[in-house]
Amino acid sequence: MEWFFQQLINALALGAIYALIALGYTMVYGVLRFINFAHSDVLMLGAYAAFFLAPPMAKVLAPQSVASALVITILAAAICAFIGILIEILAYRPLRNRPKLAVLITAIGVSLFIEFTGQHKSVFSSARRRFPDLLPTTDFHFGPLVVNSNDLVVLGTTIFLLAAMWFIVHRTKTGTAMRAVSYNMQAAALMGINVNRIVSFTFGLGSALAAVAGILYSMRSPSIDPLMGIQPGLHAFIAAVLGGIGNLPGAALGGIVLGLVETFAGGIPGLSNYRDGIAFAMLIGILIFRPAGLLGKATIEKV
Amino acid sequence: MKKLLSFLLLSGALVGCKPSGDSAADDGKFTGPPIKVGEFASLTGSEATFGQSSHEGTLLAVEEINAAGGVLGRKLELITDDTQSKSGEPATVVNKLILRDNVVAVLGEVASSRSLEAAKVCQDNKIPMISPSSTNPKVTESGDFIFRVCFIDPFQGTVMANFASKTLNMKKVAVFTDVKSDYAKGLAKFFKERFAANGGQIDGELDYNGGDKDFKAQLTAIKSQSPDGVFVPGYYTDVALICIQAKQLGLNVPFFGGDGWESEKLVEIGRGAVEGNYFSTHYSPEVGTEKSKAFVENYKKRYNGKTPDALAACGYDSALVLGAAIKRAGSTEGQKIRDALAATKDLEAVTGTITINEKRDATKSAVILQIKDGKYKYLTTVNP
Repeated sequence: MEWFFQQLINALALGAIYALIALGYTMVYGVLRFINFAHSDVLMLGAYAAFFLAPPMAKVLAPQSVASALVITILAAAICAFIGILIEILAYRPLRNRPKLAVLITAIGVSLFIEFTGQHKSVFSSARRRFPDLLPTTDFHFGPLVVNSNDLVVLGTTIFLLAAMWFIVHRTKTGTAMRAVSYNMQAAALMGINVNRIVSFTFGLGSALAAVAGILYSMRSPSIDPLMGIQPGLHAFIAAVLGGIGNLPGAALGGIVLGLVETFAGGIPGLSNYRDGIAFAMLIGILIFRPAGLLGKATIEKV
Repeated sequence: MKKLLSFLLLSGALVGCKPSGDSAADDGKFTGPPIKVGEFASLTGSEATFGQSSHEGTLLAVEEINAAGGVLGRKLELITDDTQSKSGEPATVVNKLILRDNVVAVLGEVASSRSLEAAKVCQDNKIPMISPSSTNPKVTESGDFIFRVCFIDPFQGTVMANFASKTLNMKKVAVFTDVKSDYAKGLAKFFKERFAANGGQIDGELDYNGGDKDFKAQLTAIKSQSPDGVFVPGYYTDVALICIQAKQLGLNVPFFGGDGWESEKLVEIGRGAVEGNYFSTHYSPEVGTEKSKAFVENYKKRYNGKTPDALAACGYDSALVLGAAIKRAGSTEGQKIRDALAATKDLEAVTGTITINEKRDATKSAVILQIKDGKYKYLTTVNP
């Protein structure tokens, strides 16, 4: 039985990470109706930003303190927000009125561009590096069960950011504008909404989320490389689709469900080989019966 | 759009390439055009340190051969291509090396899955290939043009199984295998056979996919079996994270594995979590002959004080064996080089005395190292 509860803890921790990354996919999709495949690479850039910020920050603030971790995360998020806005302006904006497929393929191109530029010797190089410990880690023992402090941080951050995103989208003026743009871009522009600014803001927000996710992901598995975003990005994308892409609580639910399936499949000898296969088979199953995803009803309230 | 994509891919591939050979050498003393030797290595990607170490060793050997007058009065020219640690790439780059660059022989790679892919291409084109450190037996079974200068996994698996049951007195071990890698699967199989034959019990056989970052599901399952130790025949990047997450889950038993562990990245990423663990490999700079001492010294001189690892030593030996074979063949013809390679006997090399057996594998001893204070400490040498 303790085995079951330990796996439950593992599943929640993994699911929370997927949910956090999926939030970024969903934010952008909700407004622009397109999958930003470069999201997973912005995640990688966020991890690298923190990697390079940590040593100079250690001179200013005490290393491994909450304050320094917070400052590093906010700075990295700001850097990534800037990069995200830049990507949108340079790569996606010129294609906004073209067929969706063109933008989608451009997104794949941007993704490859970032990955391979990152692997160049004079950029990050392809070698894996040790991600610095931003926070002291402790293991909390509850009888035979172990909970790592990093997992609690991930869970807390995901819940907080989910609430923050929901608040921004539903309770602020910018959020109202975002929903309007998502509804009908031309009509929103006619109503006096600066569409470019709203789209930029969405990309900035999505990329900042990616940066936070990248940092938290690297804190759990402290090894970073320029291709580190691909695998979690793919899984988070699945989570977003599973929960109903464009739907914020859906992203969180999808992440948790995926975490549960992967963890329980992975913990069974003989099945651990197929854990991704099982997760993807489940996705196909859900999409057959609920094409819009778990929470993605044909609602008007997408993001 | 397709053009743009392929352009991006191509430019990515070009960026990944390293300039090959040494242009500094004096061409005046050579009597003929250079002899082109191809090398394919994982210079970037998940096993980058393997490919880079191996490449540095190979390049050093080629430079030394050229400094000593080359082969057959001609200079050896090393043409290196990157496989990006990806499957699919080796076939592409080796085809390019053979068809476009017209190399006389091919050296590479570290990872067995990728060597297997290239072996087929080399065999079809009747170009001899030497793998420096792919240990899966299937590699040289690909054909009579495929050689290697390292031991094979049945031997390595036996060594670690005996070490676990006899030296560490383990009765019950779990095996955690990277199912994406032919190397890991082969090594796991031979380890399990031997460990069971020694009267041990394999309890808990879990799998992961190379490149995964979360292993807690499998490790929790392993922990619930409470084994005496865990055998992880994988590659260093995954192993470091596995050890970290095992410690977090309170799984405090020794982990041990094969030559895929050996990289300075293992301790850099794993830190305290990998302390006290064991692995087998080809060579340790702590022990060895005059030849290996000279190698360590020259390597440090050439690469800014970097200590060579086993993969650098194997890379060096692969070029050494090839150079000697071309010399004995007296020709750069594929068939003649092949016959000379097959006849390699008692060649003094860095990782030991190399004799190529009838299966085109090298019969060599293995060393077992333990991670102590972030260093690889030599424990013992096991002879075949």
